[in-house]
Amino acid sequence: MRGSTDVQISRVDWLVVVIYFALVFIGWFNIYAAVYDSQAPQSMFDMSINSGQQLVRIGISVVLIILIMVADYRFFENLSLYIYMLFILILIATPFIGKEVNGQVLSIGIGSLRIQPGEFAKLATALALAKVMERPTFDMTKTNDQLKAFGILFLPVALILLQPDTGTAMVYFSMFLMFYREGFPQKYYILGIGFIALSLLSLGIENNLYLAIGIIAIMVILILMGKKTWQRIVAFSLIGLGMIAYSYSIDFVVSKLPEHQQNRIMVLFNPNIDPLGVGWNVTQSKIAIGSGGLMGKGYLEGTQTKFDFVPEQHTDFIFCTLGEEFGWTGSLVVIGLFVTLLIRLVIMAERQKNRFSRIYGYCVISILLFHFMINIAMTIGLFPVVGIPLPFFSYGGSSLWAFTILLFIFVKLDSSRSQQLGRIS
Amino acid sequence: MNDQRPVVVIILILLVGLVLLTKLFSIQVLDDSFMKRAERNAIQRVVDHPYRGLIYDRNGKLLVYNNPIFDLMVVPKEFHVEDTARFLNLFGITKEHLIEKYTAAKKYSSVKPSPLIKQISTTDFAKMQDFLIDYPGLFIMTRSVRSYPEPIAAHALGYIGEINARQLERDSAHYYSQGDYVGLSGMERFYEDDLRGEKGVKYKMVNVRGIDKGPFKDGEYDTASVAGINLTSTIDRELQLYGEFLMQGKTGSVVAIEPKSGEILAMISAPFYDPNDLTGSEFGKTYTQLNKDPQKPLFNRPIMAMYPPGSIFKIVQSLIGLQDGILTPETTFACNKSLVACHNHPSPVNLFGAIRNSCNPYYHQAFRKMINREVSSNTFKDTEIGLNDWRDKVLKFGLGSRLGIDIVGEKGGDVPSSRLYDKFYGEGRWKYSTIYSLSIGQGELQVTPVQMANLAAIFANKGYYYTPHLIKSVDGDPSQIPAQYRVKNEVGVDAHHFDMVQDAMAEALYGTAARAIIKDLVIAGKTGTAQNPHGEDHSVFVAFAPKDDPKIAIAVYVENAGWGGRAAASTASLMIEKYIKGDITRPELQDYVLAGNFIY
Repeated sequence: MRGSTDVQISRVDWLVVVIYFALVFIGWFNIYAAVYDSQAPQSMFDMSINSGQQLVRIGISVVLIILIMVADYRFFENLSLYIYMLFILILIATPFIGKEVNGQVLSIGIGSLRIQPGEFAKLATALALAKVMERPTFDMTKTNDQLKAFGILFLPVALILLQPDTGTAMVYFSMFLMFYREGFPQKYYILGIGFIALSLLSLGIENNLYLAIGIIAIMVILILMGKKTWQRIVAFSLIGLGMIAYSYSIDFVVSKLPEHQQNRIMVLFNPNIDPLGVGWNVTQSKIAIGSGGLMGKGYLEGTQTKFDFVPEQHTDFIFCTLGEEFGWTGSLVVIGLFVTLLIRLVIMAERQKNRFSRIYGYCVISILLFHFMINIAMTIGLFPVVGIPLPFFSYGGSSLWAFTILLFIFVKLDSSRSQQLGRIS
Repeated sequence: MNDQRPVVVIILILLVGLVLLTKLFSIQVLDDSFMKRAERNAIQRVVDHPYRGLIYDRNGKLLVYNNPIFDLMVVPKEFHVEDTARFLNLFGITKEHLIEKYTAAKKYSSVKPSPLIKQISTTDFAKMQDFLIDYPGLFIMTRSVRSYPEPIAAHALGYIGEINARQLERDSAHYYSQGDYVGLSGMERFYEDDLRGEKGVKYKMVNVRGIDKGPFKDGEYDTASVAGINLTSTIDRELQLYGEFLMQGKTGSVVAIEPKSGEILAMISAPFYDPNDLTGSEFGKTYTQLNKDPQKPLFNRPIMAMYPPGSIFKIVQSLIGLQDGILTPETTFACNKSLVACHNHPSPVNLFGAIRNSCNPYYHQAFRKMINREVSSNTFKDTEIGLNDWRDKVLKFGLGSRLGIDIVGEKGGDVPSSRLYDKFYGEGRWKYSTIYSLSIGQGELQVTPVQMANLAAIFANKGYYYTPHLIKSVDGDPSQIPAQYRVKNEVGVDAHHFDMVQDAMAEALYGTAARAIIKDLVIAGKTGTAQNPHGEDHSVFVAFAPKDDPKIAIAVYVENAGWGGRAAASTASLMIEKYIKGDITRPELQDYVLAGNFIY
């Protein structure tokens, strides 16, 4: 066993490890900056402030990494379904044994040691999906197999929506990126993108009549361009009518959403609707990032993030501190690190010899890409405010540990790929 | 089977990175509006107001200073008290007061400061400072207002107030901003640039609730304020105080000048007001009240009131006549009352006798000789040329135009030229008989009290004057005062002509103003009576003393007090005694002036 571990260490993908630690420590520096008070400066290592606590969590993460790296690579595959079931049970139990904050029950635990099962359930779902989909006969174009995959994916989503935590639930939909790689038909993605585009247009355009005229015009052009069979004419007419009906109904649907979600959507189209209310987060976050300029204000010199103008500055809005103090240069470095990490993970996933490792790798890519994209997009007003953390960056134990385990299980699988049987179809 | 799909995923990842970086580039680098909004958010520009310069009297006694006012402020959100009884005891307030003020403060804002205790004395403030740190959310706010140890010289010193829109517009250097205090009158206005100092700016950071989070960039961009320059005034505090004591309840002016320098020793405008009333938050209310007062206490009589000079002008006439050679000490005229009214005195008189007795017909005849010199055969033309020549000589005595005292609002008085009569009667339609009133200081002549005091200084100096001024030194340096106050103005009459005039003025006291005589102090003076069509005549007196080494020249106007020999001469005499001897030896004369019954 020891011998085999030594061999595996040499096969660890060090680029991923280096990027991971770079992001964790840049994040840690920014967490310190976010709570830094120039009038009463405290040590970065002070346990009474966030940065001190985060350092302990980073230490625990290192222990977790070591445990994962010395474990047997088969452990994760063999136990994946049990881990999944365990977390399903925990998610069911959370509303009953958890602690309620702002009407949401997100965390369980005893005393100060609390974890958010929602964060870890992503990991469990990724393992379970990889396990179920690794079978050589599994085919994402077949309805039967599609339903199996969807079942595993949507069970935790339903439970998380009960907490309710919309942001975390949304993350699970990122798995459609993995489904795409595993052969889920392209037409659904085109439909989905079209659906989202139509929704955004319906919400964004004041008068839906213009949209309806546009849809009719496109349908007429499509009918005229192809064969003018009556089937095609009827089909396009129905699709056009359906789209028009949808565009009118979405406003109605949105109006039935809880108010805070409605506002989050509307602010996206016009952040000036209510700059002191709903728009506050986005407006202040944009001011903080936008005031950074090319080079930033300098470390610990930020004013917007430090003086509480930006809410949630050390958790979901941690990117503001970076943007304000390090400017576009800092943004470039961090986004560059994320993009490099994600592309490296794609390359790693593609070199896996068994399907379990590859599917799991794509789950990691899907989750990280989604968090990275949505978190930064919301801080600069490109996406509605959803409470999801920036991986490795945001303050908080659960999210850091969950992302660490998520990533390093894949690093472990990758490092032991030569020992695995080639089962790639 | 899905070979192109990993490539699509990589393209998607790159696309996400590109979109985010593009949007970030646009808000961080291209659009600088966020930077400005961030500054508005978190950086407050706080103007550090400098201490305004102080004003001292000529002997170094304080006339105007800045009085710090301390207010104890509370920020409700941060305020916290464990032991209420101890707190109440330390700060010397009742529980009700605390509750009332705290409630009001909280109602206003829980994060912005509100006053808890207003106007704390300096000693209480010193005590409080020691235990202030035990109570979070409390701090002392210091304001400063102009204060006056003695409530005197209000008109000379002037007042400060909030800058008005027009002044702001004229401020091309953009030094001032809305709400700044500037000198609005008196020395405060004239020496504004010296007194105001230089404003400083501090940039401080505030958090989202407006709570101070310390200096921006450790004060790199801050500038310290520079205190205003202290001024020393020419005013003698004791003399000014005594003058206001004498003038209480009266209407009029007293202007005392040091002849050899033009320094104004005292300048009193009665009725006066307490300059402390025009400071602080009550300014607006008090100002309106004073402005409405029918007695016009804000009207600065010494420089703004104009009266005909009356008999005192006869001295100017005598001097011009002597210089021109038209009069000699021996020139004699009869007191011909058919020309102009006079009182009974020996007749005929020479020039000395004319001054001593203030003989009206003498000057009627003398002035005709000065005006009609037969330079033209046309009597109208001759009068016109004569008048204008004469006027030029009179103007040299500092009459007919502003002297240029260091207070804004000075009036120039009036010495009529031919143009005035041309306008009134038509060109070539007036002659000496039209303008003869000028000979005895009546008619169209108008003089301000400060011009009159300046005349007394000219008589004392035997032919020259320094423009009367209130500034003695700037920042302790006498050479820093405006250059125009160090220029000697010659009146164009040779010094020896003044000897006889001075003797006659000293003699005149025995005839017209016996009350003004002081033992072993020779005063040269001249009474006057400014005719007042609206009531009793105004009592006027000018004098200088001691005659052989003049230290003080003075003009006193007491309105509606009749003959100059009573109210004005008595007041002037007491002022001279006070200034030269330091104390008053004639309490009965002081009582007479204070009683104020001059018409009998």
